[in-house]
Amino acid sequence: MSTVVDNPVQTITRPVPVSQRGPAPRHVVTTYGMWLFLLSDIVMFSAFFAAFVVLRDHTAGGPAGHALFHRQTVLAETACLLFSSFSCALLGLGVEHRHKLATYGAAAATLVLGAAFMTLEVSEFMHMIAIGAGPGRSAFLSGFFALVGLHGIHVACGMLWLIVMLAQVATLGFLPKVARRLQCFALYWHAIDIVWVGVFTVVYLGAFT
Amino acid sequence: MNTEAKAGNEREQPGAPGDLRASLLKYAGGLALAIILTLVSFWVSESGAVWPGGVPVLLAALAIAQMGVHLLLFLHISSGPENTNNIMSLAFGVFVVVLVIFGSMIIMHSLDTRMNDMPASPHATMAMP
Repeated sequence: MSTVVDNPVQTITRPVPVSQRGPAPRHVVTTYGMWLFLLSDIVMFSAFFAAFVVLRDHTAGGPAGHALFHRQTVLAETACLLFSSFSCALLGLGVEHRHKLATYGAAAATLVLGAAFMTLEVSEFMHMIAIGAGPGRSAFLSGFFALVGLHGIHVACGMLWLIVMLAQVATLGFLPKVARRLQCFALYWHAIDIVWVGVFTVVYLGAFT
Repeated sequence: MNTEAKAGNEREQPGAPGDLRASLLKYAGGLALAIILTLVSFWVSESGAVWPGGVPVLLAALAIAQMGVHLLLFLHISSGPENTNNIMSLAFGVFVVVLVIFGSMIIMHSLDTRMNDMPASPHATMAMP
């Protein structure tokens, strides 16, 4: 009996359960939504990858991949996207520290590298169409133009998005919503780069081996 | 509730200078790793140093490694408590991607091998205009 009196009830501090912590911070919720969008975008890409892989050998007597692709072009395109991914990460840092000059510089580098990538890809497409290897030539080329063209459209949309975001930084400044949008853009750009890793491995290096 | 939301917003504010340096190092490391992995996969595909049968497997491994580098160092996917939902949806996304790509490959390969009566390549009978 006396032991109970001697040991008063102790308050045990437990961590607050997840269900009672209230809503997550805004940036966590926003990036989660963006992440869901990017994952569904990647799932869509996977359908194009599947179509390309299935149709790869069906050249219908037309040119095959190793006769059309140039190793140097692919390496240059990959370098453009890799370095633009790095400059996009720097853009995220510039936004995080509310540093306008760093933000503009990193965004300009990202845009230039993205434009270089688009120039290389469009000239490659134009050359292929000019020598009669357009998307209508064979099932392999249809799959190629659909997959690589879809990725190119994503890059072009990303560049447009970045230009709009720069206009918002110039006019609105680093409002929390502008900063959040820029972080979403960074996620998008990195996801595009991840898709490109799949493209250059499956489409180009797969053709060379 | 209001104070909590404020605390959440404060966490988004600029961090300490040491924070910046650590982030820069992380991104530079990610870039270096990605460049190395890219160059290795280009080298594997052109040099005959690797046994030809192993090249596709090695290329796939290198590509997956590079995607992992991008996810960890650029997209900040980690095992932190705020990332549980991101990890779960990533796992589901990978599951669907693998199902779509390899399912298509297996089904189409199976159909190809079952069509023994037909000419091996479709262009033998259907000339493109």
